[in-house]
Amino acid sequence: MIELVSAERCITCDKCIEVCPTNVFDRGEDGLPVISRQSDCQTCFQCEANCPADALFVAPQTHPLPAESFAHDEEHLRHSGLLGSYRREIGWGSGRTPGAARAIGPALSPAGQPLIS
Amino acid sequence: MTLTADVLVVGGGPAATWAALKAAGQGASVVLADKGYCGTSGATASGGTGVWYVPPEEKAREAAMASREALGGYLADRRWMARVLDETYERINELADAGRYPFPVGLDGTSLRNGLQGPEYMRRQRIRVKRAGVTILDHSPVTELLVDADGAVAGAAGYQRQAGRPFEVRAGAVVLATGGCAFLSKAFGCNVNTGDGALLAAELGAELSGMEFSNAYGIAPEHTSVTKTAFYNYATFYRADGEVLEGAGSQRGRSVIARTLLSEKVFCKLDLADDAARKAMRLAQPNFFLTFDRLGVNPFTDTFAVTLLAEGTVRGTGGIRIVDDGCGTTVPGLYVAGDAATRELICGGFTGGGSHNAAWAISSGSWAGRAAAQFARALGRGTRQVSAAGGAGLRPTGGSSDVDVAEIIRTVQAEVLPYDKNYLRHGDVLRTALKELDGAWSSVRSGLRAEGAAAVPARQAAAMVAHARWMYTSALARNESRGMAKRLDRPDLDPAQHHRITSGGLDEVWARPEGALT
Repeated sequence: MIELVSAERCITCDKCIEVCPTNVFDRGEDGLPVISRQSDCQTCFQCEANCPADALFVAPQTHPLPAESFAHDEEHLRHSGLLGSYRREIGWGSGRTPGAARAIGPALSPAGQPLIS
Repeated sequence: MTLTADVLVVGGGPAATWAALKAAGQGASVVLADKGYCGTSGATASGGTGVWYVPPEEKAREAAMASREALGGYLADRRWMARVLDETYERINELADAGRYPFPVGLDGTSLRNGLQGPEYMRRQRIRVKRAGVTILDHSPVTELLVDADGAVAGAAGYQRQAGRPFEVRAGAVVLATGGCAFLSKAFGCNVNTGDGALLAAELGAELSGMEFSNAYGIAPEHTSVTKTAFYNYATFYRADGEVLEGAGSQRGRSVIARTLLSEKVFCKLDLADDAARKAMRLAQPNFFLTFDRLGVNPFTDTFAVTLLAEGTVRGTGGIRIVDDGCGTTVPGLYVAGDAATRELICGGFTGGGSHNAAWAISSGSWAGRAAAQFARALGRGTRQVSAAGGAGLRPTGGSSDVDVAEIIRTVQAEVLPYDKNYLRHGDVLRTALKELDGAWSSVRSGLRAEGAAAVPARQAAAMVAHARWMYTSALARNESRGMAKRLDRPDLDPAQHHRITSGGLDEVWARPEGALT
């Protein structure tokens, strides 16, 4: 689930509010997105993928994590490289090659084509 | 807010975007209304998918068509398979050329086009739809269809949840591309897929087909969401004590996992992948590894607990019945595409998950969009007397009473998510479940009146209850095991039941062999 909005990194572009397919965010009074309906989050990582500032972190768990969880430790997420890692992997963002262009996976059978998705 | 268009497309995934593109290509004015956000909504945008993309060579096409016929219980149709292969080939090439999708290039220099990365595919489809002049309404769930005096569809109404206002689109034709139904199981990207389109269609008298093929479950690490299953071909499954779980597997043997999960945890390790495969897997499916990287699990060397998440008719094949080559239904002006429609025509009774469903979304979307545009053009722009067709959750038959929508959702989930009810099906269990579901329907139908923003969850709940009842009524009508619709009490295939099962109805649900008299 969405667990972190970095106030430091957020550029208040509203993109996450716009793209979340289950409408989890609201715009707060200070302009920062607020996680208003976390229980509606389906853990699809789309907000993170679309955040131009790498300001969001979606934990893989489909239930909320406690306050002391790694998912709320921005310092740790930054140092471990997890913050912004999905966008890096799919090659979104300026100067990156789209991951789709590099997506040559293994073939699941000897005669099969390589998986590309 | 009221808009007028030739064609209204409901939904925002692959099928919806192809429908909007092709309707606009015919010169129609088009509105696309999505419950979420067109570009991120649905199973494909989050997950990505293989595509049934086969070059037009006779031997390759023949092999492609033959490959799943037996698995599907011989309910697919060769003519439809051939048309889907033709259409998909053209549309994927269009996506490469006009859509500039960056397909990877293989070692021999050929462009590989047998799959699509979800986020990349759908962000490009959104751009293409906008550039085609389509009006996109995001966060605009449709809650009911509009119908004219002759019973033809005339548009839809809904509620814009971010703008906080109702909306209405008057249209000459409507394409439903709302996806299948995964019952809010949190399977990857599927929580927008609550079977809304089937409810909308059934309220106008449309029929369904293949609803017994609705028991798909995807593998995911326990307490997580990513139900991408291809790489579990490299898995060995274990019990807690480290003993190998015999017979368990991803493609064959998923039911062994389900049965074991009823009484104990099941663990997994992708220990059959060699070094080259491990590296390549990351390139092909970066989202598959999101879960593991964030859990701190190395899936190749660490064992991890797995679960199965219901994917209902998203990965199943049942949906709204199609009556012509343009993906029309029995309702004039109403067309269906993607997972909202039955995929039996190309999959029979076997899961359409992955490549077949992707090809189907592209093809059925394109056909439905074109046919809807032609229907609207023939209809002309005269004014029609229209009325709103929504029933359950909006206009109760009794006095409105206290119906708790969350409780209704819990009730339907309790009947369709458990492995020992929906996956490992038994006639007696299905009959008991149906009684519960019928009760839930009665209370929604007689007592639930929701308005404004509250209409959206109310209608989702109604759609899920209706979906579950068509599923189990059809599963009982198929008194045998065929394709994915297996019955513990009827374990064999019965040659006398080589037919599709049509279903429908809301207050009275029915299911019968296709073409049988009522």
